[in-house]
Amino acid sequence: MATRSRTKTATRSRRAPVLDQRTAQPLATTNAAGAAGERLSVRKTYKLYIGGAFPRTESGRAYEVFDARGRLLANACRGTRKDIRDAVRAARKAQPDWVARTAFNRGQILYRIAELMEGRRDQFIAEVMDAEGMARRRATRVVDAAIDRWVWYAGWADKYAQTLGTVNPVNGSYFNFSVPEATGVVGLIAPEGSSLLGLVSRLAPIIVSGNAAVVIASESRPLPAVTLSEVLATSDVPGGAVNLITGLRRELVQHLAAHMDVNGLDAYGLDPAQAAAIEELGVENVKRLVRPPSSGSDGVDWLSERSQSPYQIGEFVEIKTVWHPIGA
Amino acid sequence: MTLTKKPETRPAPASWGLAARGKVPWEYAAAPEATDHITIRPEYGLFIDNEFKPSRPRATFTVINPATEESLAKVAKASRADVNRAVTAARRAYQHTWSQLPGSERAKYLYRIARIMQERSREFAVVETMNSGKPIKESRDVDVPLAAAHFFYYAGWADKLDYAFPGREPRALGVAAQVIPWNFPLLMLAWKIAPALAAGNTVILKPASTTPLTAYLFADVVRQADLPPGVVNIITGPGEIGMELVTHPEVDKVAFTGSTAVGKMIARAVAGSHKKLTLELGGKAANIVFDDAPLDQAIEGIINGIYFNQGEVCCAGSRLFAQESVYEPLLDKLKDRLSTLRVGDPLDKNTDVGAINSAGQLAKVQELVQSGIDEGAEIFQPDCVLPDKGFFFRPTLFTGVSQSHRIAQEEIFGPVLSVLTFRTPDEAIEKANNTPYGLSAGVWTEKGSRIFKMVSAMRAGVVWANTFNRFDPTSPFGGYKESGYGREGGMHGLAGYLDLSPNGTHRR
Repeated sequence: MATRSRTKTATRSRRAPVLDQRTAQPLATTNAAGAAGERLSVRKTYKLYIGGAFPRTESGRAYEVFDARGRLLANACRGTRKDIRDAVRAARKAQPDWVARTAFNRGQILYRIAELMEGRRDQFIAEVMDAEGMARRRATRVVDAAIDRWVWYAGWADKYAQTLGTVNPVNGSYFNFSVPEATGVVGLIAPEGSSLLGLVSRLAPIIVSGNAAVVIASESRPLPAVTLSEVLATSDVPGGAVNLITGLRRELVQHLAAHMDVNGLDAYGLDPAQAAAIEELGVENVKRLVRPPSSGSDGVDWLSERSQSPYQIGEFVEIKTVWHPIGA
Repeated sequence: MTLTKKPETRPAPASWGLAARGKVPWEYAAAPEATDHITIRPEYGLFIDNEFKPSRPRATFTVINPATEESLAKVAKASRADVNRAVTAARRAYQHTWSQLPGSERAKYLYRIARIMQERSREFAVVETMNSGKPIKESRDVDVPLAAAHFFYYAGWADKLDYAFPGREPRALGVAAQVIPWNFPLLMLAWKIAPALAAGNTVILKPASTTPLTAYLFADVVRQADLPPGVVNIITGPGEIGMELVTHPEVDKVAFTGSTAVGKMIARAVAGSHKKLTLELGGKAANIVFDDAPLDQAIEGIINGIYFNQGEVCCAGSRLFAQESVYEPLLDKLKDRLSTLRVGDPLDKNTDVGAINSAGQLAKVQELVQSGIDEGAEIFQPDCVLPDKGFFFRPTLFTGVSQSHRIAQEEIFGPVLSVLTFRTPDEAIEKANNTPYGLSAGVWTEKGSRIFKMVSAMRAGVVWANTFNRFDPTSPFGGYKESGYGREGGMHGLAGYLDLSPNGTHRR
């Protein structure tokens, strides 16, 4: 197999097209039925993840997901505006509980995500190989990095407030300090190319501080994200703290960006050509926004340590400053 | 009902035992601040490359004293071509001088500026008061010292940026466009320019069109400090010129303080660009008083919270939430205290409430107050005599206000307090957060655990507990929700002026 470079063009060319039309191909799942006499495999239905449950899209519609070689992998939910709105409502409902957890508890839960991903490591490797057309060795590195990234951010849960917060020596007899607080409900447009590691690298810093997230998964490679949502559902992450919608970006992104009850939007995975329009939609309620890199997120080296940072946690926290007089 | 007909008014109470209650109000002799040491030039040009230059084509507009409605000076009205000139000057200065200087040298320039502002503090205070209408005791004791302190604070950061952001290589962004409001003309200038220069950027500042004079006085300080030409540029003109400035392709950073509506226009205009944006927008702060609060202290905090600077403060405590059990004594004391406020000549050293900044703003305050009356709230104004000329408005409070009233929802930006009540802490939290804004909040209680519960429940960027309207260069200031994003002041205030990306994605 040819060496796989991480250049933008290489990633793009490997990406399977998303079709509106059905191809009626047989599913090429890795555990497909073998020769006569072997057991017929039980396939998985890939669903949305909203409020801790796994509903199908309210539209009842699906789109076909292909592997890097163009073989049909599954029918994924073709989510809608209504699904986005349901997800935002679930996120808003769950956020007070999630943010009220102690930092210690959120750290424990993020670590638990890593533990459960480790248990499903082979499944993730197989799905990343299918989705991203990677050889096993590279897919293994990617999945391991995704697991390790949860561990890394789990450790930050009870530390970022100490690096982002300050005690301020004001010129007067007041005690004054500044602390970071979660922004609230944050939308995430996951990277299109890096279906698992890219998603984890953006999602973990959003939720570690107590934000609830509504994620639009990679359109062409949504399956590893759906499997991740199954891990989240069993990791003590409260239902609704993370919600995941699959579907066509042109039918979803604008509704997440314009939603008045979404406080922030990580548009890192957005096509830069759409950045201006989507950013404008977010202005009406003064959304905090992370723009996509100018050349898009496909060129990002997600394995690099540069793809993890406490400053990323800082993108979706608000600094609150408190004053109190000092006196007897 | 009209504004002139007041249901209840009170003369100054006889708290000093010198005047009988209900009879003669306390009389004060005039205590005017001297203005003979002030020179305001008849005309100011745009400040570009350390020179005052007329706009092209030559055009000016008149700046007035809102307390007398008399003309103070003419200032240049910038054109699109002038914006270009200013940005070009700033870009050139950034590339050839300012970005080449070590941080320690930038620091020394900023220290110089701070010192000169301190030396010329009274001049700044008097001009600020003449141009803005704010009481001299506020410009003298708050605005000007804080502005100088801001430069002093950020001066020290200029050569210590690496320590503020460990694991990053902080780099300047380039050219910063800064648009500021008329309520704290000099202080907002300092909040904008000091961190921008400390971080290594060059700036173009557009002051509000009613209050450019202290900015042009500051230009004089820039020259005295011998700052390299083009590092600080100041242009004046209408709002469209501000929009030209922030959308200029050679601008890398946009900082805006002002109304939420204009902030959104700016955010839309720079959407999709590389420009880093910080917004400090409107507010509708809740000031929450529990029944165990030290009442006299709270009264002072409430008064300072809403009548400081005629209430023309984005973080003004414009919604008072009084716990029902303390509502009546609190209201009674509040009305008494309100009646002792001295309204009038901003240059008088005893004046508490000066002039509203402009006829337009006065009309807006009047309109919103009328809406309060029309919607059924009960108005109280003290029986004070207002000057014949100038834009004055009586300190006002409304009782019987409901959450849906416009005076409880919209930012008035005037000396108007809406009083509401609550029973439980949870109800106070619910009501206080029931606004699209989230700039500031106040909590008054003697119970420590309750302070922390309330402080963490407030969706607001600054929370004052048992105090209000305190500001300091070391203390980050800025909003949640539609009150904007980014912080000004403190270490956090540097971040908005630096490229902190791991691989320099902001770098051009």
